[in-house]
Amino acid sequence: MRHSFTFKDSDQETTLIRGRIIFAGVASTILILIILFRIFTLQVIQHDHFTTLSQSNRVKIVPIPPTRGLIFSRDNVLLADNRSSFSLELTPESIPDIDKTIARLKKIIPIDDDSVKRFKQQLGKSRRFESIPLRFNLSDEEVARISVNLYRFPGVDVKARLNRYYPLGANFAHTIGYVGMIDEDELSRVDQSNYSATSHIGKIGVEKAYEDLLHGQVGYQQVEVNAQGRIVRVLDRTPPVPGKNLYLTIDVSLQNLAVKEMENKRGAVVAMDPRDGDILAMVSSPSYDPNLFVNGIDAKTYNALLKSKDTPLLNRALRGKYPPGSTVKPFIAFSALKAGLRKPGDETWCPGWYKLKGSSHVYRDWKHYGHGHTDMHDAIAQSCDVYFYALANDMGIDQLDHSLAQFGFGTTTGLDIGGESAGLVPSRKWKRQTQGKPWYPGETLITGIGQGSMLVTPLQLAVATAAMANHGHVLKPHLFKMARDPRTNQVVARSRRQVTHVIKDPNSSDWEYVINAMHDVVQGPHGTARREGRGADYKFAGKTGTAQVVSLSHEKEGEAEDLPEKFQDHALFIAFAPLQSPTIALAVIVENGGGGSSAAAPIARKLLDSYLDKSSGKEKDKSQS
Amino acid sequence: MKEQSMAQRLHIDIPLLFGLMVLCGLGLVVLYSASDQNMAMVVRQGVRMLLAIALMLMIAQVPPSQLSRWSLWIYLIALAMLVLVLAVGDVSKGAQRWLDLGVFRFQPSELMKLALPMTLAWFLSEKSLPPSFTRIVVAIVMIMLPVVLIAKQPDLGTAVLVATAGFAVLFIAGMNWRLIAGFCVLAASFAPVLWYHMHDYQRQRVLTFLDPEKDPLGAGYHIIQSKIAIGSGGLYGKGWLNGTQSHLEFLPERSTDFIFAVFCEEFGLIGVILLITIYMLIITRGLYIASNAQQTFGKLFGAALIMTFFVYVFVNMGMVSGQLPIVGVPLPLISHGGTSLVTLMLGFGILMAIHTHRRLLSG
Repeated sequence: MRHSFTFKDSDQETTLIRGRIIFAGVASTILILIILFRIFTLQVIQHDHFTTLSQSNRVKIVPIPPTRGLIFSRDNVLLADNRSSFSLELTPESIPDIDKTIARLKKIIPIDDDSVKRFKQQLGKSRRFESIPLRFNLSDEEVARISVNLYRFPGVDVKARLNRYYPLGANFAHTIGYVGMIDEDELSRVDQSNYSATSHIGKIGVEKAYEDLLHGQVGYQQVEVNAQGRIVRVLDRTPPVPGKNLYLTIDVSLQNLAVKEMENKRGAVVAMDPRDGDILAMVSSPSYDPNLFVNGIDAKTYNALLKSKDTPLLNRALRGKYPPGSTVKPFIAFSALKAGLRKPGDETWCPGWYKLKGSSHVYRDWKHYGHGHTDMHDAIAQSCDVYFYALANDMGIDQLDHSLAQFGFGTTTGLDIGGESAGLVPSRKWKRQTQGKPWYPGETLITGIGQGSMLVTPLQLAVATAAMANHGHVLKPHLFKMARDPRTNQVVARSRRQVTHVIKDPNSSDWEYVINAMHDVVQGPHGTARREGRGADYKFAGKTGTAQVVSLSHEKEGEAEDLPEKFQDHALFIAFAPLQSPTIALAVIVENGGGGSSAAAPIARKLLDSYLDKSSGKEKDKSQS
Repeated sequence: MKEQSMAQRLHIDIPLLFGLMVLCGLGLVVLYSASDQNMAMVVRQGVRMLLAIALMLMIAQVPPSQLSRWSLWIYLIALAMLVLVLAVGDVSKGAQRWLDLGVFRFQPSELMKLALPMTLAWFLSEKSLPPSFTRIVVAIVMIMLPVVLIAKQPDLGTAVLVATAGFAVLFIAGMNWRLIAGFCVLAASFAPVLWYHMHDYQRQRVLTFLDPEKDPLGAGYHIIQSKIAIGSGGLYGKGWLNGTQSHLEFLPERSTDFIFAVFCEEFGLIGVILLITIYMLIITRGLYIASNAQQTFGKLFGAALIMTFFVYVFVNMGMVSGQLPIVGVPLPLISHGGTSLVTLMLGFGILMAIHTHRRLLSG
């Protein structure tokens, strides 16, 4: 030993650790030599054996794609189908000159430049031994013409693939979304071995949100191949597990009717069940044909969609942001009752205008000569602006902001397919952060009638209306109803009612008071939409809204009809029915449609008529059986 | 004392850096072949390597004493993130491993590969070695907490590597041989209890581990094709880009976990000996650095890092050549992918720091 004196602790430690490290080094060397010996055995001693195996290696594992789950509506109408179609596919590895091969193929069947371009893009992203589709949807004649020539084209195949098809096309594009060719980024986010045979993946909407349920589990077959790599014989097979069939909460006849009513209009309709959050209809107009996207859309069509001034690709139901106009009044009124800021009988004098103390600016009512003495009931039924200017002024922006947030405005509703906008409820903090300016009292007034900076999505409006209908339960809306296993038809997953937030009010008569006023909007003697309520054989509640796109000075108001269409007001309408125990709540927005009562309310009425008639019919069926 | 060299001042260890660069270069060459000459993939991997090397050089600037001071916090944060990942983690590839931080996603289990040996090294170097029985028990609890959490994700490969890193520290710290034997027996006796508590699919997985031939379409097929690739390579190999097993697509996962088979097929036994030599030189250098560290913390942490690196090499080569069950452990610095690359390079950066941040002793 080097040390002649007594060991210090640290010296003892050093020796101990050095010993252990040397041990680790020796052990590692022995272990790695064992591996090396094994490789020596394989490569030198058994080399001939494995060379023979390698040369006669004819067995490959080929993945089999699972069948994607189908999508149905709540009333069992097929919304997303799989149709078999033939495609022409090329395996780059086996083709010496791809351009030349494509040129030769063009002489046999038509192949347009966009297909070639898409193929080239795909070529850069895929592995060389994977076959890449060049043409989809081959006709029977094309299949025949290619098939007899296949022997001249090594690496070229005609393959039968299942193609996604949406029978109802544009009517459901904004709800179901579509599948498209899987790209590298998406592949890195999924289990690659499970997607080894899959060509398409959900890109947006239900198809994307429920990809896991729809996709299924890949299968494998062990096959014998010949020298060109073509399959000679199947040796063994593990079948794929098909994806689950999805059932949505959408009622097809209601959805189709809403689409029809919104034809040639820009806007959105969202209808939901206020009892459980089921979305019954969700329409954004105009729409597009999702089938175009399945196998890649050509650049010309895509650009036309992208550049259209009607923005058909925008999902207005989730991402369209609109000033709510007078549709916010019932929500503000309820909050004022709850906070004790107003009692039902309290009256406000409405001369047709309102002024803040110490300011000369005049805030006008939509009714030129005013509503006279107005209580809350009449203020809602006749949509008196002055009443709400005064109320908003008394509440102040902080309380107003809080009240609107309670009904879910300003935050996403949590719809199960995502992609929502949060809208905007203005506040002092928001203004300071975005504009660096203080809040002005005048802005509180116009927020009180749903104008100014406040923005809502049609979905938010529907959720808030449903919360009014069910006395304060702000529900998380959802499109997913259940999933069934296609082999056994057993239900494997089911949606449940999810409450985001409950607005508690010990005095339940507050709800009834506001709801009654909303009932008089459509079915009272002086309601703003009394024409649209006439002749209904059920009671319902509603509220009109007209949102200004540009502000007109008072003198020019008469000229509004002469304005170009894009400056016309947005028409809004919210409603729920039947009045006692509501089963449907909806929001309708027609962009630049003019007044809420004339443009949006008639659409809502038709939807309610159709839905309630049908559901009462259903109940009759039930009672008979 | 002689003047500090340039490399010393930049906190770079030349032999280690040289070895790693050679490995990375070799990795790109093999990847070009294994990916069917996909240049884009090679370039991406090259960029990842450069980023990882930059990170390595950055962490080498941090004095180990600093790491020692932060270690417990880093460990606790990593542990909290592992709990979080089970609660809200991004389900990717069928397992909850990722935490989405908005800007980027990362795996807390990767952080744990460094945090666990670092904390244990700090904890055990607090008192004189060998550690007392109580300390050993505490250390084992510190190891088992993250290992169980990672195994639950489920990610057995990473759980094994994290456990290795932890037990390596205990071993180097001089845990009594009899205690080591005792714990091994105890662990073995727990196996039936564990088996009893497992789900059916987990049991199935263990059975496939033990007998791959039972699953001829999955793991069994991998092993058969991998052995053919290695064996047919022979002494000199079939030559770069000429491997038939890999290019005729018989070999699965050939750019990731099974890239060693491609290497064996194309470069033969001569190539394998060269590759193993490079690995062993790096490991020897690492052990030398650990052994000559000034602080006990550096010795324990450094040795654990390099032993984990060895386990990567050993397990990957063992499973590709059919001697060990298939677990998802890549061949370090050669396999395609970025996650383990960054962790490994950070480990080497720490080794460089241990070697170059030496306090000059007076007298």
